[in-house]
Amino acid sequence: MTTVLSKNVISVSHLYKEYYTDAGTFSVLKDVNIDIEAGDFVAIMGPSGSGKSTFMNILGCLDKPSKGDYFLDGQTVANLENDALANLRNKTIGFVFQGFNLLARSSLVDNVALPLVYSGVDKDERTARALKLLEKVGLAKHSASRPNQISGGQQQRVAIARALINNPRLILADEPTGNLDTTTSHEIMMLFNELNQDGITVVLVTHEQDIADHASRQIKFVDGSIVEDVRTKISHSQERH
Amino acid sequence: MFSAMFGEAWRAMGANRLRTFLTMLGMVIGVGAVVLMMAIGQGAEDSVKKSISSMGSNLFIVLSGPPSSGGARSASGNAATLNVKDANAMSDLDGVIAVAPLSMGNAQVIYAGNNWNTAILGTSPSFLDIRSWSLLDGYAFGLSDMRSATRVALIGTTTAHSLFGDDVDPIGKTIRIKASPFTIIGILESKGQSLDGRDQDDTIIVPLSTAQRKIFGNQIPGSVRQIMVQAESDKVMGMVEDNLNSLLKQRHNIREGAEQDFSVRNLTALAKSAAETTKTMSLLLGAIASVSLLVGGIGIMNIMLVSVTERTREIGIRMAIGARERNILLQFLLEAVVISIVGCLIGIAIGVGGAILVKNLTEASIIISLNAITLAFTVATAVGVFFGFYPAKKAAKLNPIEALRF
Repeated sequence: MTTVLSKNVISVSHLYKEYYTDAGTFSVLKDVNIDIEAGDFVAIMGPSGSGKSTFMNILGCLDKPSKGDYFLDGQTVANLENDALANLRNKTIGFVFQGFNLLARSSLVDNVALPLVYSGVDKDERTARALKLLEKVGLAKHSASRPNQISGGQQQRVAIARALINNPRLILADEPTGNLDTTTSHEIMMLFNELNQDGITVVLVTHEQDIADHASRQIKFVDGSIVEDVRTKISHSQERH
Repeated sequence: MFSAMFGEAWRAMGANRLRTFLTMLGMVIGVGAVVLMMAIGQGAEDSVKKSISSMGSNLFIVLSGPPSSGGARSASGNAATLNVKDANAMSDLDGVIAVAPLSMGNAQVIYAGNNWNTAILGTSPSFLDIRSWSLLDGYAFGLSDMRSATRVALIGTTTAHSLFGDDVDPIGKTIRIKASPFTIIGILESKGQSLDGRDQDDTIIVPLSTAQRKIFGNQIPGSVRQIMVQAESDKVMGMVEDNLNSLLKQRHNIREGAEQDFSVRNLTALAKSAAETTKTMSLLLGAIASVSLLVGGIGIMNIMLVSVTERTREIGIRMAIGARERNILLQFLLEAVVISIVGCLIGIAIGVGGAILVKNLTEASIIISLNAITLAFTVATAVGVFFGFYPAKKAAKLNPIEALRF
């Protein structure tokens, strides 16, 4: 296994993603290079079809690049088997989606605990840890409710609690506020800020500037390439140095 | 892990109760049919086995009259071409341990105000040994009764019940068969139904000589319609059959190639083939019932495929948070197996209930065996795994991104 000696959580070099259709080859990502330090808070912006979601999927080990290297936590993931990728998604990465993606039939506590089922944690510990996180996101008293019994903002908090359950180093959020009103959006962003202050690296995709302003670094994608990479704040990791 | 997945499967089934119930119904009907059919089949086999063992072992029956029909002839056993001397000669053959000449017919029997029409059987004392027929009470007649044509009789339980009711002891009572008075000296043990469904207990047995002189009357002296022959073992059956044929040909002066005036039937072989037939019937019943089990399995597969498609997004979510392919596979497989096992348990309950109902309604012999239930359960579980595997594999092989977009 190749190890890159750096404090980067994410290190991507010469990354390409191509789709093959009847109409010909369709390049979504073209020679993307980026390093993201541990503890950073990064917003990825760009118009629809700019490749930012595809990039997030590759970062989240849901998709594989066509070409190039991707080191997650110093470990190359480009050529890993499906089971190894599942393990990374389970333990190293926490995912937050635009549409929350909670299981409608399960209670909130079961939703939050679900990743632990796949890590082989026993039931009592699963419930204890899930309740603790629900408390952290302020929903402890709703633990037995179903997702459709709470508001969108609350559902997103549950999804964040679920993303945190295995103490990941990295939170990936794909338009986490896309389905929420402005007030709720900012509440959710405050929560991401708190997590970032606890030392978790946060990467989020958004197309709203005021959401991106919560981050410390803003990266802009156009047509599958990075066209802008600006540090807007000193990141929490840098503060500590 | 496993208990969590079991809970998931249970919840998934509960989410669409009507659909789960209908899918299960296929299994319920399949398993119920298998259990019920096997109970009926095994019951039939068992009653045939009982009839065979009540018949006696290694038996031949020699009938008077030609073995095959053609032209206008009376049925075999009706022409009086055999006689007691033939029977005596047979008992000297190698491998023969007992011979009983039989003369039978129906007659009206009267005791006090009651009368009853029953089968009268005139035979020698060895008949009871050949049929391994013992007496409930009293004693059997002996060779001296044969010689002097005593008017004594053994009575079957059905006949005894019809003539005497429950309160009177038949032993020592005098009944009239046709015009002659007979003293009952013994009561025959109950034999139940014969292979052809006759009640073997509806009978009266008297010494052959008495039957011929006092009941059946004007026949050629000593002639009989049937002779029952018992061989000493299964191995010598073939030899005994050949010897019986050649002995009778010689005694009746039948030339080689000419038509015989008797026929030898291997009763044991007939009984075995009857047993085989019942066994085949019972297998056939089981096979037909199994088809419905198969159809039930296909129903499960169908619903599981629908379920995988409907829950594509859920599968995507699970994969995104770290479910491996085998976790998804196991989850859907477990659902299929839970549906088939729960269906199977209900099916067993219905099958057993149905079997008990049939038994009570028809008084037919029904045997509910643990083997049949275990078999149905095993097959149902296997059906669940087999038909659940393809949809589960399909779910596990989904691409997480495409599944999330669904």
